[in-house]
Amino acid sequence: MSTFAMPSLGADMKSAVLMEWKVKEGDSVKKGDVIAEVETSKGVIEIEVFEDGIVEKILVQEETESAVGTPLAIISSSNESAVVEKPASPDMAVEEAESPSIPPQPISDKPIETQRVKSSPLARKKAKELGIELSTLAKDDKPVHLEQVESKKVSSTTEMSGMRQAIAKAMSRSNADIPHYYLSTPINMTSALHWLEEQNRNRTIEDRILPAALLIRAVVRTLQEVPQLNGFWMDDELHMSEDINPGIAIALRKEGLITPALLNAEHMDIDTTMRALSDLVTRTRSGKLRGSEITQQTITITNLGDLGVESVYGVIYPPQVALVGLGRIIDAPWADGDSLSVRKVMQATLAGDHRATDGRTGGQFLNKLDQILQTPEELL
Amino acid sequence: MTAQEIKQVVIKQILEIAPEINEEDIDPDAHIQRSLEIDSFDFLRILTALNKTIGVEVPEADYGQVDTLTHMVDYFVKHL
Repeated sequence: MSTFAMPSLGADMKSAVLMEWKVKEGDSVKKGDVIAEVETSKGVIEIEVFEDGIVEKILVQEETESAVGTPLAIISSSNESAVVEKPASPDMAVEEAESPSIPPQPISDKPIETQRVKSSPLARKKAKELGIELSTLAKDDKPVHLEQVESKKVSSTTEMSGMRQAIAKAMSRSNADIPHYYLSTPINMTSALHWLEEQNRNRTIEDRILPAALLIRAVVRTLQEVPQLNGFWMDDELHMSEDINPGIAIALRKEGLITPALLNAEHMDIDTTMRALSDLVTRTRSGKLRGSEITQQTITITNLGDLGVESVYGVIYPPQVALVGLGRIIDAPWADGDSLSVRKVMQATLAGDHRATDGRTGGQFLNKLDQILQTPEELL
Repeated sequence: MTAQEIKQVVIKQILEIAPEINEEDIDPDAHIQRSLEIDSFDFLRILTALNKTIGVEVPEADYGQVDTLTHMVDYFVKHL
């Protein structure tokens, strides 16, 4: 038997609000099942259970704020008799094994209002984004809905949001602690994009692949060849990760940025990469990420896509050791032998932690990435 | 479906994908993606949803013809 405790979803997270239980007492659960939704500054995060068992007892009611490590439920392992009911110690509860690292993700440490007004999670999230006091919308003890909050849109507050504060803290720490080195190379994307167009011509709109998916797949393939950039700097040494969980920088509509992980991307082909990425973007923007997705990134990829600028020199999220920046693909002059032509060109950048790797490794990475993108058919 | 009805369906779909946009902020002649900060994922989601409601699939090669609201409505009218 063990307790299931409020997980840490980022180094700065002190507490979160348990919004909704997805299980009830007596339910059996399997490792990886989502058992509850908690609300943090990143929105509503689904939290997963880390062992098989039966939900013996629920210890915390919905809409309750709990500190990290607070027991939320008692889970008995499937083969135990289901009668034991002794209070478990809180420290056995923290799921250390679950997170090899706790990257400093944007989590608010602003006190969450203690007097809770009933509302849907989305309404609460929106109200927070817009800086609207939920209590001003509550009527007759009825739950506040999203539409009410949206109709109340007012001039935005100048106060820094919890997410902004958390990003500020994490990035300051990164720049103070990590000796960054930067490398950059232009990559001719003409044949990769041409290949992708051919692929998409024969696909239905639901199955279309976006260049972002092709690029992420190419980065993951490259990391298999240059694994030193995929991992963590901990206890003064580099720990390479077998799993490749690239954190994908996704801009939120209103403000801020989250880099949730595309978990185990090394097992995905280009179609599964596209589907997983599309799902991740949608869930990030609607505030439905899982705990594992915001704690297990092994490297970060910033892809500025079609709306961005030409090159990006990123700041590494500790304890990760690298960040890959992919700029907007532009039409640019390209010399090939003694002829000059206009080609689709993307600036690929690598920010590396100089304690973990040298420029030579970073250079190998960018060269390999270039090489892989010249033979895109191998990425299928 | 009339052009006016198609226009309403398109606007509704944009607002669904990007709920923070106000309808009056949509300039019918502005580049949809750039003016409303809709990235390639959300643009594809909009086109996928419109394919379901209107029944017209926009091939990638025609993206240049659906860049603004006016162009998109014209395109759907022509291909219905």
